[in-house]
Formats: sequence, C-alpha cells, structure tokens
Amino acid sequence: MTRRLFTTNPRALALNYLFLALLAVITGTLLSLLMRIHRTWPNLAIPPHGVIRPEDYLALVTMHGTLMIFFVLTVVPQSAFPNLVLPAQIGAEGMAFSRLNAAAFWITAVSLLVLLAAFFVPEGAPISGWTNYPPLSALSAAGPGQTTGMDLWLVAITLFCLASVLSSANFLVTILNNRAPGMTFARLPLTVWSWLVSSGLTVIAFTALFVAASLLLADRHFGTSFFLPSGIVVNGIPARSGTGTPMLWLHLFWFFGHPEVYITILPGMGLASSILANFTRRPVPAYRLMVIATLLIGVLGLGVWGHHMFVSGMNPYAGTAFGLTTIAISVPSSAEVLTWLVMLFRGRLHPTTPMLFILGFLSFFIAGGLTGPILAQPALDAYLHNTFFVVAHFHLVMAMAGVFSIFAGIYYWYPLLTGRRMNELLGKIHFWISLIAAYGAFFPMHFAGLAGEPRHYSQLNGPVESFTRLIPVERGITWSAFLLAAVQLVFLFNVFWSARRGVAESGTNPWRATTLEWSPIAHPIIGNSPYEYAPAPAPGDNFLPQWEPEKPF
Amino acid sequence: MNWLPPDGALHGIALDNLLRWNLAILFWLFVAAHVLIVAALLLRRPRNSPSSVAAPTKTETLRPLLILEFLTLAAVSALYIAMDVTGHQLWAASREQPSAFQPVEVEITGVQFQWYFRYPGPDGVYGATRPTLVSAPTGNPLGLDPTDPHSADDIVSSILILPAGEPIDITLQSQDVIHGFFVPGMRLKQDAIPGMPGHLQFTPATAGDYSILCSQVCGLGHYRMQARLRIVSPDQYKSWLADRERAVLKAAR
Repeated sequence: MTRRLFTTNPRALALNYLFLALLAVITGTLLSLLMRIHRTWPNLAIPPHGVIRPEDYLALVTMHGTLMIFFVLTVVPQSAFPNLVLPAQIGAEGMAFSRLNAAAFWITAVSLLVLLAAFFVPEGAPISGWTNYPPLSALSAAGPGQTTGMDLWLVAITLFCLASVLSSANFLVTILNNRAPGMTFARLPLTVWSWLVSSGLTVIAFTALFVAASLLLADRHFGTSFFLPSGIVVNGIPARSGTGTPMLWLHLFWFFGHPEVYITILPGMGLASSILANFTRRPVPAYRLMVIATLLIGVLGLGVWGHHMFVSGMNPYAGTAFGLTTIAISVPSSAEVLTWLVMLFRGRLHPTTPMLFILGFLSFFIAGGLTGPILAQPALDAYLHNTFFVVAHFHLVMAMAGVFSIFAGIYYWYPLLTGRRMNELLGKIHFWISLIAAYGAFFPMHFAGLAGEPRHYSQLNGPVESFTRLIPVERGITWSAFLLAAVQLVFLFNVFWSARRGVAESGTNPWRATTLEWSPIAHPIIGNSPYEYAPAPAPGDNFLPQWEPEKPF
Repeated sequence: MNWLPPDGALHGIALDNLLRWNLAILFWLFVAAHVLIVAALLLRRPRNSPSSVAAPTKTETLRPLLILEFLTLAAVSALYIAMDVTGHQLWAASREQPSAFQPVEVEITGVQFQWYFRYPGPDGVYGATRPTLVSAPTGNPLGLDPTDPHSADDIVSSILILPAGEPIDITLQSQDVIHGFFVPGMRLKQDAIPGMPGHLQFTPATAGDYSILCSQVCGLGHYRMQARLRIVSPDQYKSWLADRERAVLKAAR
C-alpha cells in the first residue's frame, strides 16, 4: 500500500490520479444533486442538514464547479491519462522528471483535502462561485463562507496551480526530449500533440491563476489592494480603502479560465482522432490539418479570454476584438469536427463501447460548440451572459464532452491496467442511458437561459420575477440529473467487476491498435506514422503498428 | 415555442431577429451533424466486405470526402464571419456610439441586495456621496452629502420609472461587490463594478412593467436582488418626476 502510494511509476500515479478524481466526481455529483433537489423542492429538509439556505446553495455551486473543473476535468485528461500512456506512446522509458511528477500528484492530493476542508470550517464553503470575483471574495464581511472557507479555497487553488505547472513542465520536457529513436514529430499520435499543446497552455494559464490567487490572499491578509477600489461600503460599514480594481482579477482569472477550457478538452480531441481511426480501421485522413488545428486552438485560446467580460464594463472596442478572436477559434474547432465526421464514413465502423463514447463526445462537442458563435457575439452575449444558456453551453461542450472522452479513455485503456476488457453490455447500457440523461439534463437549460433566468439563483421565485413557466423545465432537468447520476453506478460496478471477471486478453493489443502503449516490445524502434490502418501486411490484418518495422514500400 | 420574454426596447427588435436566425441555422447544423453520426452507426458496411479489410484503393472515397470537408469548412467559416459582422453592427449601435443628445439621466447603484435609482433633480447634477454617510436605516442608502447644494434635489427611488421613446443614459455603479444589472425585457445587461462607474444607453419603446434582476452572483441574497422597471408615457413621466421633486424639496426644507 505504501509502495503504491509513494510510487514514481507513471502508471501507478495514473491510478492514484484516477482514484482522486473518482472521489472528486462523486462529491461533485452529490453536490449537484443537492442543488437540483433544492431548485425543484425548495422547502424540502434534507437530513442531517435541514432545509438548504441560499448561502448553502451558493456554497454547493462554488464547490461543485471547483471540484469538477479542477479535480475531474483537468486531473483526468491532463494528469491521469498522460501518466497512463504518454511515456509509452512516445516510446520513452518513463517521465523526464519522475520525482517531480510524483510530487505533483502529492500536491494535488493535498490541494483536494484543503478544498474539501472548507465544508467543515465555521460558516462553511465560499459562496462566490468558482470564479470568485472580488470584492465578494476579498472581503470577509461580504457574506458567509467568505472567511476561512474562502482562504481554504485560495490555498487549495494555489497548490493546484503549482502541481499543474510542475506536472505539465515535466510532460513538455518528456515529449520534447524522451522520444524513442524514429519517433519524429510527424509520427506523434494526436493524443501526444494534444498533450504538448495542453501542457504548454497549462504552464501559461495556471501561472496566471497562481498569481491571481496569491494576490487575492495578499489583499485579504497583508493589507494590499490589488483588487479593491476605494469607497466600498459593505453592510453600511465602509471597507478598507484601496487603489486597485476588481477588473484586474477578471482579466487574470479569465486569462487562466479560457485556456483552461482547452486544457480540459484538447486531450479528449486527440483521443477522439485515435479511437475513430482505430475503430473504423482507417488512418486519420488529414493528420497535418489536425496537428495545425490543435496548435491553432492552443495559440488562439490564449487570446479569447475577454469574451467572458463583454458586459463587465470593459471597453466596447475590446469586446469587438475578443468577439473576432473567438469566432476565429471556431474555425480550427470546426475543422477537427468535420474531419471526425469524414472518418465515420471510411472503412467499417466498429461500435465498441470506447467508440460509442467518442461518438457521444462528438455529439456533445457539436451541440455545445454550436452555441459558441452565438455567445461570441457581444451583442447577443449581452442578453445571454450569466443565464442558463451559458450553463447549457459549457456543460455540453466542456463537461459532457470532457466526461464522455474520459469514459472512452477508461474503457479503451482498461486492458492496459488489468489485462481484461470491461463488460461490453454494461458499457453500452452505461453509454445510451448517460447520453439520453445528459441531454435531458443540459439541453433544456438553453430554454431557461433564453427566458432570461440568471445563474446562481437558489430559487426561481423572487420578489419581482418568478419564472413560473420554467418550473416544468426545471423538474425535467432534475429527474434527468438523477438518472444521469444513477446510471454511473453501472459504470462503477463494471470497473470493479471486470477487473476480476472481464474477458481476459491473450495478447497485449486487444483493440488491434497502432500506437505504442499496446506494444509487446520494450524498446521499439519507430518505423511508421501513428495511424497505419490501411495497407495490409498480411491478409485479414490490415494495420501496421508503430513498433513494427518500416513498411517495405 | 417562444422562450424569450416580450421585448420592450427599441434595439430589442433587431437583437431578437438576429438571435432567432442564429439559433435556427445552428440548430439545423446540429441536426445535420447528428443525421451523419446516426447514419454512420446504422449504415455500417457488412462484416467482411472487401473494403472493410483490404487496403483502400487510391480512388476510395477519401478525396471526394476531403474536398467536401474543405468546402463545408469554408461554408461554416463564412457563416461564422457573417454572424460576427451582423452581430457587431448591433454591438456598435448600442455601445460604440457617442452619448445621445439630451438623454434622460439616471444613476443606478447596486447594493447587497437592492437596486437604488437616483435622478439628478431640477439642477441636473448628482449631489456628492460619501461612504461614511451611507445609512439605509435612516433613509440615506447612497450616502448623500447634505452639505453639497446639488444633493438637496436628488430623487432616490427603489423603482425605476422611465419615459417611453426617449433615449436613456444610465450611470451604473456598485457600492460593495460586483452586481449585474439585467433587464431581460429590455435586452439589457451590464455589470456594476465598484470603483468603476459605467454607462449604458437604450431607448425603451413599449410602456409596461419589466423585471430588473442581478446577473452576477453577489452574495446570499443574489436571487432576491430584484426591482421593477416601469415604462410610462413621457407625460406621465414628467408628472411623476415633478411630484417627486416637490416632495424631496419639501422634505429638505
């Protein structure tokens, strides 16, 4: 046990990360169900807590967002999966800095414990949402949870930033320096290209968040005023006067926050290309285009943060410029989607569970992505900003697409860890019910948003506006959320059951894949590009793995 | 089904049209992509069909598919650009224009968890405010300074009354944390940032009552930080304002 915990072996670390993310996702899901219960039955007392108060609801929102975005959607694709397969996929012995890599896991684990501790301190967890805009997050008097709970959030996030930068720097060096002989850039699997870009983004973006969180801690405890202007009065009492502005936090936070979206989704996009090639038995048709699109998304992703701030009072000309960069980034994103659609019509499509989850990923990526060009227009965003339309958008394009690619990865790479496949029937039940329930939970949020319902409302009926016609919609969302959460039990059962009872694999390459994590050879010399599914070296065996000798012609 | 609340602002007509055609086109793109995905799942090549195992020949579907892909990419890129251009026209009209001639001026202040509306009174100038004088229980929620001669005629209201058909210039500010001034019925939203007063211009068109919400989480009472906007005819507005002015000046004396 101790050896397992304090390992520097990347695969063992990947498992540690996966269990950490499992703890986070279970907690985050339960929090979201409590939110749904409160929105649908506001007066229901939940033992042992009792009726959820408005501040409790906001604490649930804050912690749900923080857990899911950092500890699930970042940790799994950007920490667990690279540890699982990145060294193998480039033919490396291990990571470039294996102790640093292990240290990153430990800092992440401490960060999670610090964050969860916020539930147990007086006044509870912070209530200012995962974006924690000051002055609400800077002044303890501004609300319950903004004292110790807020400090714990900031410390947890500072630690998380540190861990992410360390582990991503390690991935960058590993990809650049530790490739096996013959593994040229043109032969990198698209997953590795994705990790190259997302690791670069992580180093840049999480540094900005580290700075922002540190400065906010300084504002709270060391008398600085990076984010505090003068003239603030909270509860009738003048607050400490300052010379800063909350706008600085918005810029720093979103300079992190938007690249973060691509950090969570780029690895899934790379995996989608690999899995589509594998289960249609055809190469990725436009490999270079996919690489360029991935790089473009990375570069443009650093210049779109202002689209979160169209209505913040930022200069309207800046809004125009950020609208343009945001429209620009939908072009490489569309190029990737169209390539995946083309891949569906080549060769024979094998609807295995990993393939189905990638189709689900594709479906959500399209559904959520298509509202991007609407929200990229400042004029339209000025109506839709911070309504449930935005909640629908990012839950589809980031959360559901991200989670479905995570499931695809787990079903796909499971034999690497256990030598067995997960049960296909349970996998398909898991897929179809999750797909339907996720659409049921998140698609109707578009309508709530169009009706003007703002986010972060603990109840629908206020003193002036009561959104009564949304009550049936809200109820449907709640029941779908329950179904979505419940069917994950099938997945959990499958994970643990298949470890002992799953179909045992005879060879090392159950999916007849071409990338190196399936190689039976320890020190391969790379002779082929990553997706040689076309030419048939032997009858019935129409693929050429990267570890096989170079093709004769 | 039409989910948007009824629009009462002049700029809202064009905005709603833009939003509707954007949603319609993108919805059909969503449907088209899903038809393709479902078709790929249902119309699978039979197991052991020659093209599923053997090497694809040079003429196999790839080249026409790639040409189709690039044409589609060009088309959707053109669509995105068209959306950006048409969207920008509305943004420019509402935010990148100089102030209207002689607008009706009102100052809006967000406070946990209230909206306050201040009219400058007959002198047309807002009186000075001081943080130390803020005291909602004694009827001075904005901290008006009585020593400033301009503050005596200022009208502070908890309902926003504005005339239909006249350009409005809002000065938007916050006393404590960031609030979001959101009037769904006026298609209007902007954050109130403490320390950084902002401006917002619009012209209400239709008389009636509209809800003012807070769209930026501001604390435990965020959900109940609401107020009412009442759009009345210019004559009704003038008489309401005159009544309030008389009352304020009487109280000051």
